[in-house]
Amino acid sequence: MSWTAAADHLPALPEVLLLVGACVLMIADARSADRRLGYWIAQATLAACFLATLWVLDVSDGRKYYIFSDLFVADTLSHLLKATCYMAVSAALVYSRQYLLDRNLLRGEFISLLLFSLLGMMVLISANSFITVYLGLELMSLCLYALVALNRESAQATEAAMKYFVLGALSSGLLLYGMSMIYGATGTLTIPEVASRIGPLAKNVADQDFLVFGLVFVVAGVAFKIGVVPFHMWIPDVYHGAPTPVTLVIGSGPKIAAFAMAMRLLVNALPALAADWQQMLALLALLSIALGNITAIAQSNLKRMLAYSAIANMGFLLLGLLSGVVEGNTLNREQAYSAALFYIITYAIMTVGAFGMLLLLSRAGFECERLEDMRGLNRRSPWYAGMMMILMLSLAGLPPTVGFYAKLVVLSAAVDAGWIWLAVAAVILSVVGAFYYLRIVKLMYFDEPVDTAPVSGAFGARVLLSANGLAVLAFGIFPGSLMGLCYLAIATL
Amino acid sequence: MLLSLAIWIPIAAGLVVLAAGGDARAPLQRWIALAGAVLGFLVTLPLYTGFDARDAGFQFVEQIVWIERFNIHYHLGVDGISLLFVLLNSFITVLVVVAGWSVVESRVGQYNAAFLILSGLLNGVFSALDGVLFYVFFEATLIPMFIIIGVWGGPNRVYAALKFFLYTLAGSLPMLIALLYLYNKSGGSFAILDWHRLPLALTAQILLFFGFLFAFAVKVPMWPVHTWLPDAHTEAPTGGSVVLAAILLKLGAYGFVRFSLPILPDASKELAWLMIALSLVAVAYIGLVALVQTDMKKLIAYSSISHMGFVTLGFFVFNPYGVEGGLVQMISHGFVSAALFLCVGVLYDRMHTRMIADYGGVVNTMPKFAALMMLFAMANAGLPATSGFVGEFMVIMGAMQANFWLALVAATTLIWGAAYTLWMYKRVIFGAVANERVAALQDLNARELLILGLLAAAVLFMGVYPLPFTEVMHASVSELLRHLSVSKL
Repeated sequence: MSWTAAADHLPALPEVLLLVGACVLMIADARSADRRLGYWIAQATLAACFLATLWVLDVSDGRKYYIFSDLFVADTLSHLLKATCYMAVSAALVYSRQYLLDRNLLRGEFISLLLFSLLGMMVLISANSFITVYLGLELMSLCLYALVALNRESAQATEAAMKYFVLGALSSGLLLYGMSMIYGATGTLTIPEVASRIGPLAKNVADQDFLVFGLVFVVAGVAFKIGVVPFHMWIPDVYHGAPTPVTLVIGSGPKIAAFAMAMRLLVNALPALAADWQQMLALLALLSIALGNITAIAQSNLKRMLAYSAIANMGFLLLGLLSGVVEGNTLNREQAYSAALFYIITYAIMTVGAFGMLLLLSRAGFECERLEDMRGLNRRSPWYAGMMMILMLSLAGLPPTVGFYAKLVVLSAAVDAGWIWLAVAAVILSVVGAFYYLRIVKLMYFDEPVDTAPVSGAFGARVLLSANGLAVLAFGIFPGSLMGLCYLAIATL
Repeated sequence: MLLSLAIWIPIAAGLVVLAAGGDARAPLQRWIALAGAVLGFLVTLPLYTGFDARDAGFQFVEQIVWIERFNIHYHLGVDGISLLFVLLNSFITVLVVVAGWSVVESRVGQYNAAFLILSGLLNGVFSALDGVLFYVFFEATLIPMFIIIGVWGGPNRVYAALKFFLYTLAGSLPMLIALLYLYNKSGGSFAILDWHRLPLALTAQILLFFGFLFAFAVKVPMWPVHTWLPDAHTEAPTGGSVVLAAILLKLGAYGFVRFSLPILPDASKELAWLMIALSLVAVAYIGLVALVQTDMKKLIAYSSISHMGFVTLGFFVFNPYGVEGGLVQMISHGFVSAALFLCVGVLYDRMHTRMIADYGGVVNTMPKFAALMMLFAMANAGLPATSGFVGEFMVIMGAMQANFWLALVAATTLIWGAAYTLWMYKRVIFGAVANERVAALQDLNARELLILGLLAAAVLFMGVYPLPFTEVMHASVSELLRHLSVSKL
C-alpha cells in the first residue's frame, strides 16, 4: 500500500485511533493491576478521537469522502454525530467513575466494551452501505448486551440483558430481511446507488409493492433501535435493569447512532419511498408520544420513568424525520432533518445530565433510582436541585431551556409540512408529560428530605454535572450556533 | 436599552440573591432583593417620562438578531398599551419584596430570587415584539410561580401548584402551534408587527383565534377555565397572590390586544359574541359565586375573575371607551387586588386563618388597618373617586354604545361587587370583637403601613385624576381600533 492510499483513508482516522486505543487498553489492562490506568487510556483515546474528528471536519470543509470501496462515508453529519458520541461516552466515564469504583465494576472489560461499542456507533454513523450499517449495528449492540449484564451478581441485570439480546437479535433479523428485499429489487447495497436506482422502480406499481414490503421491515428495525412504540418493550426493562452507568450510555450514544441509521437508510437510501415511510413514522410518533408520556406517570422508579420519557422524546424526534418531503417536494428537507438532528443532539445532552445526576446521588451501598430519592434535594443541595430542575424542565420542553427549542424546531418542521393535527396532538400529550417532570421538581423543592446527607460525589463528576446543566440553559438562551451547525450538516448531506 | 435593563436588572439581582448563600445570610439577601427591586422600578420611570404619547407606534425599540436560522429576534418595544404594565409590574415587585420582609423566614433567598426573576420575565412578556421571545417569557413565568406556590404556600399547595402549572401549560401549547402557523404563513417571520399586516383567510383566522384563546382565556382567567385561580390564590403565599392577581392575570388580557385583535380582526369580530357572552358570565355568575365564599382569599380570587370579565368585555365591544376602559380596569385591578391580598396577608400573619367566620370587630383593635381596607373595598366595589370606578364606568359606556342590554348586564357588577366586597368587609371588620385572638390583634406596623399607604395613594390618585394613565393610551388604542376596522380577508 502506497502512502497516498493511506492518506486517502485519513477521514477514517478517528475510527483507527479508537480501535488502537481500545486494543492498547486491553493489553494494558491485562498487564497492569491499576484500575485507574484503563480509565485514563479511554479518556485519552476519546480526546484523540475528538481532535481527529475536528481535524477531519476542518480539512474536508463540507466535502464528502467515500472510502473503503464506498462502504464508508465521512460527511459533516457523521463528524457532528461522532463528536457528540465521544462527549457522551466521555461524560459517562466521568459520571460513573466513583460509582463503578464503589461497586468494584471499574474493570478493563467495562471500558473496552464501552470503546468497542462506540466504534460500532461510529461505523454505523458513517455507513454508506447496507453491509456497513449491519456491521456497525451489531458491533454496537453486542457490546451493549454484554455491558448490561456486567454486574454478574444481579439477577435483574441478567434478565434485562437477555431481554435486550433476544429482542435486539429479532430486530436485527427484521432489518436484515428488509434490506435483503431492497437489495433484491435494486441489485446494490451501496446507499447512494440504492437511492438512484429506486427512483424509477418506485414508479412501477408491482415493484413498489415489493419495495414497500421490504421498507416495512427496515422501518421496524430502525424503530426498534430508536425505541419507539410498538417496538419499545425492551426500553423500560433494560433502562431499569442495567447498572446506571450503562443506562446512561444506552440512553445517549446508541440513540444518536440509531438516528444516523434512520438518516442513512430512510433519508439517504429510500427518499423515493418517503411518502410511505413518513406515514409509518407518523403513526409511530403519535403512539410513542402518547404511550411514553402517559405510562411515565405511573412509574415510581426514576430509571423507568426516564425510559418512558425517552420513548416520548424519540416520538418527537420522528416528527422531524417525517416532515422532510411534502408530496414529492423536498423544499422542507433541510429544515426538517436539521430539526431532528438538533433534537437528538440536545436530547443526548439532557439525558446524560439526568442519569449523571442519579450517579452523583448514588453512594456505596445506595442506589439513587426511586422517585423518593429526589425528595428534599433542595434542602441538601440547592445547586444540584437547580441543575436537576433545569434538566427536567428541558426534557419537558419548557423555555428557557434547550429542550424548548428542540421541540420548537421539530414542531415547526411538522407544521410547515402540513402535519398540523400531529403537531397539535403532540403538544397536548406533552402537557401530560409535563406532569411527571414537574413531579420531580415538586419532590426536590416542596418536600422535606428523608436522607439528609449532603451531596458528595467526585470532584470531576460535580464539575461536569454543573457544566452539563448550565449547557442546557446556555443552549436554551443562545441556541443559534448549534442550530446553524445542524443546518450545515444536513445541507451538505 | 431601558427595556433590557427593566428585564435583566431584576433577574440579575435574583441570581445575586441566590448566590448569597443560605438562610444564615437572610438579612443581606433581603437588602439585595430590595435594592434590585427598587433599581428595577427606577429604570422603568424614564420609560414613562420619555414616552411620546402622540406616537402610536412602538418606542424604546431594541432589535438584534437572536437565532438567525429561524429569523428570531431579540425585539423589544413598548406602546401605549404595554407601557403601563411594565411600570405596574416593577412597582408591585418592590411591594412584594417589602411585604415578605419579616414574614418569610425559611429559604429567604430563594423566595426573593423567585419574585425578582418573575418580575424580569414579566417585563419581558409585556415588551416582547417577537413571537418566540414572547412565548419564551410567557412560559418561563410559570416556573418561578410554580415554586412560589409550592414551597411557601398553604396546606394544599402541591395540588394548587401543579394545577396552576398544567392548566396554563395546556392552554399555551396550542398558542405555540398558532405561532408556528403564523411563521409559516408569513414566509418565515416571527415579528408580531409583520403578523399584524398578514392577510389571512377566515377559517385560518378562526382556528388561530381559538389557538390564542386557549392560552389567554386560561390566563385571564375566563369562565369556564377559571378553576385553577381560586386554588392557586388560596394556597399561594401573600406575595404570590399579589403578583398573580396584579400582574399574571393581565398577561391573558394583554395577549388579546397584542395578538388576537390586531392579527385576527375578522375572526375577532366573528367571535365577539362568544367573547362577550363568556365575559358576561364571568361578570354576573362569578360575582354571585364570590358572594357565597367563606374564605377571604377565595372571595377576592372570584372577584378578580369577575373584574377581568369586565376587561375582556371592554376589548370585544371594539370602541375606544371599551378598550381603554379595559386597560384602565387592568391597571386599577392591579392596585386594588394587590392591596386586598396584602390586607388578607396582614390578617393572616396575625391570626393564621383566612376564614371570614374567624373574624369580627377587627376595627376595634386595628383602626388604621380598617380605614385602609375600607378604601380598597370601596375601590373593589367601584366607588367613584377610586380607581375601580374609572375603568368600570368606561367599559359600561363602551358597552352602552354597542348595545343597551349588554351594558345593563355589565352594570350589575356594581351591585354584585358592592355586595360581596362590603359584606365581607362588614363581617370581618365591624361588629363586636369576635374572639380573644381578635382582641389581641396589633395594628399595622410601619412596614405594612408603608405598602398599603402607597397603594392607597395610587388608588385615590388614579380615581381622582386618571388622565396620566389614559393619555398615554389614546394614540395606540385608536391605532389598534383603526387597524381592527380593516378586514384582512
